[in-house]
Amino acid sequence: MTGARHIRRIGRLLFLIVGLLAVGPRPASAIDIQRVTSAGGIEAWLIEDHTNPIISVNFAFRGGSALDPAGKEGLADMVSGLLDEGAGPLDSMAFQTKLEDLAITLRFEAGRDTFGGRLATLTENRDAAFDLLRLALTEPRFDTEPVERIRGQILSNLRHQTEDPNSLAYKALFAELFPGHPYGRPSEGTEDSINAITAADLRGFSVGRLARDNLVIGAVGDISPRELASALDQAFGKLPERAAPWQVAAATPRASGTVSVVKKAFPQSTIVFAQRGLMRDDPDYYVAYVLNHILGGGGFTSRLYTEVRDKRGLAYSVYSALVPMDFAGLVMGGAGTRNDRAADTVKVIQDEWRRMATEGPTAKELDDAKLYLTGSFPLQFSSSDRISGILTAIQLDDLGIDYLDKRNAMIEAVTLEDARRLARSLLDPAGLRFVVVGQPAGIGTGG
Amino acid sequence: MKPFSRLGSGLRAALAAAAFVATGLAGPFAGAAVFNPETFTLANGMQVVVVPNHRMPVVTHMVWYRVGAADEADGESGSAHFLEHLMFKGTETLPAGVFSQTVARNGGRENAFTASDYTAYHQTVAKDRLELVMRMEADRMTHLILNPEQVEPERQVILEERRMRTESDPGALLGEYVDASLFLNYPYRRPVIGWEQEIRSLSVGGIMAFYRKWYAPNNAILVVAGDITAAELKPLAEKYYGVIPRGPDIQRLRPQEPEQRAPRRVVFKDDRVRQPEWSRVYLAPSYFFGDARQIYALEVLADVLGSGATSRFYRHFVVEGQKAVSAGVSYSGRAVGPGRFGLYVSPRPGVTLAETETAVDALLAEAVKTGITAEEVQRAKDRIIAGAIYARDSLGGGARVLGAALAIGLKVEDVEEWPERIRAVTTEEVNAALRAVLDPGRSVTSELLPANAADGKV
Repeated sequence: MTGARHIRRIGRLLFLIVGLLAVGPRPASAIDIQRVTSAGGIEAWLIEDHTNPIISVNFAFRGGSALDPAGKEGLADMVSGLLDEGAGPLDSMAFQTKLEDLAITLRFEAGRDTFGGRLATLTENRDAAFDLLRLALTEPRFDTEPVERIRGQILSNLRHQTEDPNSLAYKALFAELFPGHPYGRPSEGTEDSINAITAADLRGFSVGRLARDNLVIGAVGDISPRELASALDQAFGKLPERAAPWQVAAATPRASGTVSVVKKAFPQSTIVFAQRGLMRDDPDYYVAYVLNHILGGGGFTSRLYTEVRDKRGLAYSVYSALVPMDFAGLVMGGAGTRNDRAADTVKVIQDEWRRMATEGPTAKELDDAKLYLTGSFPLQFSSSDRISGILTAIQLDDLGIDYLDKRNAMIEAVTLEDARRLARSLLDPAGLRFVVVGQPAGIGTGG
Repeated sequence: MKPFSRLGSGLRAALAAAAFVATGLAGPFAGAAVFNPETFTLANGMQVVVVPNHRMPVVTHMVWYRVGAADEADGESGSAHFLEHLMFKGTETLPAGVFSQTVARNGGRENAFTASDYTAYHQTVAKDRLELVMRMEADRMTHLILNPEQVEPERQVILEERRMRTESDPGALLGEYVDASLFLNYPYRRPVIGWEQEIRSLSVGGIMAFYRKWYAPNNAILVVAGDITAAELKPLAEKYYGVIPRGPDIQRLRPQEPEQRAPRRVVFKDDRVRQPEWSRVYLAPSYFFGDARQIYALEVLADVLGSGATSRFYRHFVVEGQKAVSAGVSYSGRAVGPGRFGLYVSPRPGVTLAETETAVDALLAEAVKTGITAEEVQRAKDRIIAGAIYARDSLGGGARVLGAALAIGLKVEDVEEWPERIRAVTTEEVNAALRAVLDPGRSVTSELLPANAADGKV
């Protein structure tokens, strides 16, 4: 796990799972979300909190690495590494020096469906922080030195990933699930595609992509609505009004029930698996959410945890999660197990999938899951950064500004009949697709 | 994306035990205290710390034990960590699984972790469920029951954990060799998770003896962070933890590190390595080892040399020299035993580790000769101190920093006054620390290479 990039990628996945899916019910104490609209017409959701002199802003533009041109895979990711490497009058070193001296954090990140960023600053440096954000978004320099440096870092990580079990497993799984679709391509690119990206590609990226009409913003902390409104115009006001139209085809994952092997002389088999899931706006989304929690979702109590880890000691880590993307949904999971037991582990997972599809959850499991999912909601709000991220996620998913008030009721409304019906119709033990990286005994290659 | 944020993998593993503390302390802050905790001690010797954070009606409840992998007996590495796993296997009143099911049914999250110097258990719950988790955590402090049907599958789980975290990562494997080389005698030479053959041979009786020896209120610290005050917590702490009888006085008697005089080198080649790395770690002062007055200067020094995009290492190797994809320096002195001061560079393709090492030595020699400047010191101090404000923002951050500090024997003041002590560091002290720490005879240099590489060549 040499590459922090790799770790962050997994982190991003978890964020998707935890952040987007587990956003939840309203806590006992009121959290007031204010809708702030600037004079220039830019909207942000704000939770004011003057406890500490900190402001945290999360934002995202719809449209992510799925829009990378063919042959230039990894473009959005590469741009995300370069926006803070020199902008306007400041070259890379000057820009970074300013961030460090003012203790400002500015990060960009490309997901499959979004291009996002995060700004954190002390109140006293607010103006400088929003100004650096403006420069990064609207006047990035893409000077040769930082471009080649970041390119070198990305290539180094891509090389590392060729021997990293998790990267190999997820890349292979997505390639198998989405052949010919942007989701099937590696979002961080390939050695060839990264080498093919030119300065002109980087400069052209923001044209049509970073605009005001595909932007959502969440802010938390020591800032008033009036101050935020003016900061919004300062940071985002110079962006073009409209993004260029773009399209990604809806995709149905190819869940064929195969178990394919990426043969590597590793001491452990890394197992990942997926089948078709639901989109975020599916009426059954919360039913699936509760169901997955029971199957392989949360903590130390799920069926997969109990059967694979607790009873049999087959794995340290085993889980499943809903992964709703903008153009496809998945139920996905993973486990790491010794090579000579990989076949057993795959079988236990398949069996649990089948048992849940056939029988559904018990009444007690459903009650327990609902108690956990509703009760644990306030725990999400653990830091300013987490909260501003949640505000952004709610907007990206169009859940509504009253979402926090409604969410627990939607969990509560899931009945045993709903859960059993959806278990039958959604969970597809015969279609669950596995990729195993390692040297698993008793599992054939190919697939 | 910014690779300066990543530590060299060998070095990262070498620092793993301490890195946790260093990360949590991403930097306390100007003027006022950092976390403003309230503290008291129960009659049975259990320390209690309350860290107020009233953003949400939520609390993080942690119990820290002053015992870790460095307290294990020879031949029984992995005991502390194995016990941590087995603490979820039940007591007389709470059979296996009930603890976790109860936390989950009450909307709580829980976990635990083990390091060289401490072991901690934690739950985050709605404030009105605090009493429930206190009752359960207090119960398992002294009432753990183990039976072989539960222990054996868990042993397999731990072996999978070791395969996942260590065996699957050449950098982590190298880290184990570096630790075992850096510490000639101090038990930090032992991996926290344990050596595989010793994990296989640990007995239930041995683990229960370890539990009975170390798990007692007078060897534990209760930390509760969140929407609570000491006045509210005290009756609960007395009710659940205060009734547990005090155990015998516990002293951590660890083998001490002898004087070191020989530079060591570890070269590890592995088929899976695609990005070579050079790193070096020096034995360094900590709060309890060597010249403890240098720890603040060393924190500033590590920042100047190798933390961030404008640090000397990153600029020299990655930006200006274009010789490396990443480079950095780190230091941790928050340990019961010796501290570690580490350097790492991941060269670009075509640059050998031998060339890299020569360049590192030249850079360090230049720094010693011309000195770290007053401006560099001031910038680093400001940056570190500003970090304290951010550290206060998260619910669990203060609990982790304070818990770890107390668990290694520091006082609350050592955390709260930390920004002041950083502020007091002078340029002369930083340069003195630089000259003192770079003693080759107290270092291990390591090379992580592809299997087919010739020594020192890539």
